[in-house]
Amino acid sequence: MQVHLDFQFGMERLLATPQGALYWPQADVLIVSDLHLGKSERMARHGAGLLPPYDTPETLARLSEEIVTYDPAVVICLGDSFDDLEAARNLSPYLARRLGPIQAGRKWIWILGNHDAGPVNLSGEHLDEFEAPPFILRHIARTDLPEGQFEISGHYHPKMRVALRGRSLSRPAFLMDTNRLIVPAFGAYTGGIWADDHAFAGLLGADAVAIVLGQPPVMIPLKR
Amino acid sequence: MHPHQRAMLRATSPAQVLIAPTGAGKTLSGFLPSLVDLIHAPKQGLHTLYISPLKALAADIRRNLQTPVAEMGLDIRIQDRTGDTSAHMRRRQRADPPQILLTTPESLALLLSYPEADKIFASVKRVILDEIHALIDSKRGDQLMLCLARLARLSPQMTRVGLSATVKDPSQIAAYLAPDGGAEIITAPQGPAPDIGILEADIPPPWAGGGGRYGVQAVYDQIKRHRATLIFHNTRANAELFFHELWQANEDTLPIGIHHGALSREARAKVEAAMSEGSLRAIVCTGSLDLGIDWGDVDLVIQIGAPKEVKRLVQRIGRAGHRFDLASKARILPANRFEYLECQAALEAVRDGGLEDDPIRQGGLDVLCQHILICACAGPIAPDGLYAEITTAAPYAGVTRAEFDRALDFCATGGYALRAYDRWQRLVTRPDGTLALRDPRSAARIRQNIGTIIETDRLKVRMAKRRGGAPLGEVEENFAAQLRQGDSFLIGGQIVRYEGMRELVVEVSPSPQKRPKIATFMGTKFATSLQLSDRILARFESGDWSGLPAHIADWLDHQARLSRLPQRDRLLVETYPHEGRAHLCVHGFAGRNAQQTLGLVLTHRMDQLGLAPMGFVANDYATLIWGLDPIADPTPLFAPDLLRAAFEGWLSENAVMKRSFKAVALISGLIERSVNGTKKTGRQAVFSSDILYDTLRKYDSDHILLEMTRRDALRGLVDFGRIDEMLTRAGGRIDHIALPRVSPFAAPLLLEAGRIPVHSSADQRLLEEEAAKFLPQAALGHG
Repeated sequence: MQVHLDFQFGMERLLATPQGALYWPQADVLIVSDLHLGKSERMARHGAGLLPPYDTPETLARLSEEIVTYDPAVVICLGDSFDDLEAARNLSPYLARRLGPIQAGRKWIWILGNHDAGPVNLSGEHLDEFEAPPFILRHIARTDLPEGQFEISGHYHPKMRVALRGRSLSRPAFLMDTNRLIVPAFGAYTGGIWADDHAFAGLLGADAVAIVLGQPPVMIPLKR
Repeated sequence: MHPHQRAMLRATSPAQVLIAPTGAGKTLSGFLPSLVDLIHAPKQGLHTLYISPLKALAADIRRNLQTPVAEMGLDIRIQDRTGDTSAHMRRRQRADPPQILLTTPESLALLLSYPEADKIFASVKRVILDEIHALIDSKRGDQLMLCLARLARLSPQMTRVGLSATVKDPSQIAAYLAPDGGAEIITAPQGPAPDIGILEADIPPPWAGGGGRYGVQAVYDQIKRHRATLIFHNTRANAELFFHELWQANEDTLPIGIHHGALSREARAKVEAAMSEGSLRAIVCTGSLDLGIDWGDVDLVIQIGAPKEVKRLVQRIGRAGHRFDLASKARILPANRFEYLECQAALEAVRDGGLEDDPIRQGGLDVLCQHILICACAGPIAPDGLYAEITTAAPYAGVTRAEFDRALDFCATGGYALRAYDRWQRLVTRPDGTLALRDPRSAARIRQNIGTIIETDRLKVRMAKRRGGAPLGEVEENFAAQLRQGDSFLIGGQIVRYEGMRELVVEVSPSPQKRPKIATFMGTKFATSLQLSDRILARFESGDWSGLPAHIADWLDHQARLSRLPQRDRLLVETYPHEGRAHLCVHGFAGRNAQQTLGLVLTHRMDQLGLAPMGFVANDYATLIWGLDPIADPTPLFAPDLLRAAFEGWLSENAVMKRSFKAVALISGLIERSVNGTKKTGRQAVFSSDILYDTLRKYDSDHILLEMTRRDALRGLVDFGRIDEMLTRAGGRIDHIALPRVSPFAAPLLLEAGRIPVHSSADQRLLEEEAAKFLPQAALGHG
């Protein structure tokens, strides 16, 4: 049983799932980011170690679970869905087989990321960014976000460290302020950047919070 | 010249072991034959290779050799090569090696990974392995022995020389160095018996704890009465706290320094230099000074807390009176009352020469995998030849061909059930049957990851930029994560205030505070050795309390009267109520790691039986479990097959296993130390090895890395061997004593730090508690 966290962003009600996906009930949209499919293959190709080649099946299995749970009309992948274009090409027969059933009957949008900035031979729309008012969805957060826009992005793989009575817990997290929501990586071997990294300093306001993944995810202020 | 030095000159066997106490000119004895040979028959090319476990020792011995060689006008090139050697110098050494090269196991492995290794080492006549006893039970030793097997193939005429401190059984060292037998053992005479004893303070030691801070004044008085004192601690945190207190007691402002492995290289070098000059009166230190440079001035060693192993105590005693003909002087300050008994047992063991065994360990397969990759960097490998070669290394003599082939397959393909990497194998088979790197560029990555020392994730600490940015040392990442701005902690003996994190460096400023809020790192915790536990139990059985102070003797008598004293061939289990909870105390004397594992396994077992355990705590002697329901009969909890089943099933998901897995994954080359993951905004996004562990367990539960993890954990952190030993010893004779209140032996555990709550859902509950504190605020902005 999944227990999500209900919260508000851009005056809309959103659900953060324990796995790090985002569901928008009003529009029936499921959003995931940074799947990095084919990561172990790309690392092997570059001679960077032979990781257990189970990240792609694992990520797809988790994505299927989310889709079964929320049965969304629209699925949006916020970029870096593939670890690189060659991985996407090498995996495409496998992916077509595995994705086919879960894509059927849904609108599917692949937003391009820095790892997969090119056409991929998989069904669905391939876009640089996507507007779903009141939201704008893109891979990398824009530093010059126009006033009054609400942006949902990925790219940074944010994670958060929380000290709890002498022990420290580290988990992926959503980061959010009034105008921006940064989604954690959904892929299995994706690692991340600490929420206190200065990469986020120019992006998030003083009121920023983290939604740390858990059963259910938990909202904690970023600056304490 | 000492007789053993003459014996070394005369020795002709292809393998020689010199067993000598510290101060007997051991290292020089190893070099004498090389110098004689080089004087009589000067030859260019690498003649003698010296390998030391310490970088500093290699550099120090180079200086000690260079001076007399230069004074005698000899033309012999002597150089050291360690992680500290410049890249330029290292390149030159590969092209034109010196006659005598002093290095470390890791630097030797790196040298062997170069294609020109066969040329560099072909001329070697003699390889000297210093402090070999310190490596025999470690993965560093595994690696060194694999390298030695390779050297022997490159240079078949080479003589191998092992230099060792006094050990229980020299033939073990000989078999380690030359498994085919025939090593000649030369033993130096023992120096005079050391002057050792317990340091009695004005007040008795506390019931629990490990810092020995009650004895600061007694230690200070000793420092004042001696020229130079080394004060050994078992953990860095204790060393820091003790140093801090000692400094406050230091009314004469004597020059006292601190030295441990988490201090910056600069800070350590400063203390070492001051000690060499004779300008320090004392150093508070840890195992970082167990081995190393001889300081002739040291006339007293103080060990704070039980040494946990007799070997460790002997090594440390040898650091005082570093002259062969003078008796070393050492005192132990027991940290608590149980340790008083252990310290006495250790002193007794030193007096009658009872050291622990040094059995040759079964070599780690992760180290073998790394070695295979190192060999592949040097050139194509022939599986048959490499298998024959590695089985000449003592730790790998028992490796079967099937195990070797699995390790080789792991290196080549990853060894997964899902054969995913056909196109991207790391090693590819060539037409002649040899295996070579698919991508020659991967050699650079493999070289960067050479070595078997795994540091827990540590972050550097330095003064904030505006304060000069001086490096101070390191703290564990977990500790750093808990710091809030304004928190103060101890490092290198000074109190600093946490200012913030900048690019994975902890920045601090000097703190005016008198009392630091938090201590530093976790550090390693040694477990009391089997031999010491045995001696303590034997003492209980003797009923002879002579030589014990009244406060200890009374305590033992109380325990005997109110409950009973633990015995070697039985297992004492006490139950009693305390503060509204049912308590169960297992006096197993199996050492800290095993007692801790016992706590994990027993609480899991109790949970299955619906006995509602709530938590446990362990020390070297006992495990204390508390819960809601009293245990009427604890005997069924200890069925050996049930305990093992609990281990196999549930413990494999435990954090202890994940820690072992991380080490195995790093050493075997599954993941890399530094460059891994994807680059994001210039920083590394490192994925967690925990996720790899979970994925492997889910998809490929028979994978070789999981097998290695299990083996390591069983003999390391989990220490199942000691639990087995304890149960065998007890042979089912479990004495259950139900008491109305806590027993004298169980009482110290109530004060023991490190209580472990048993809650699978604890993390989530604590997270939500944390969130609840801030909920009103958070809701304001986003609700």
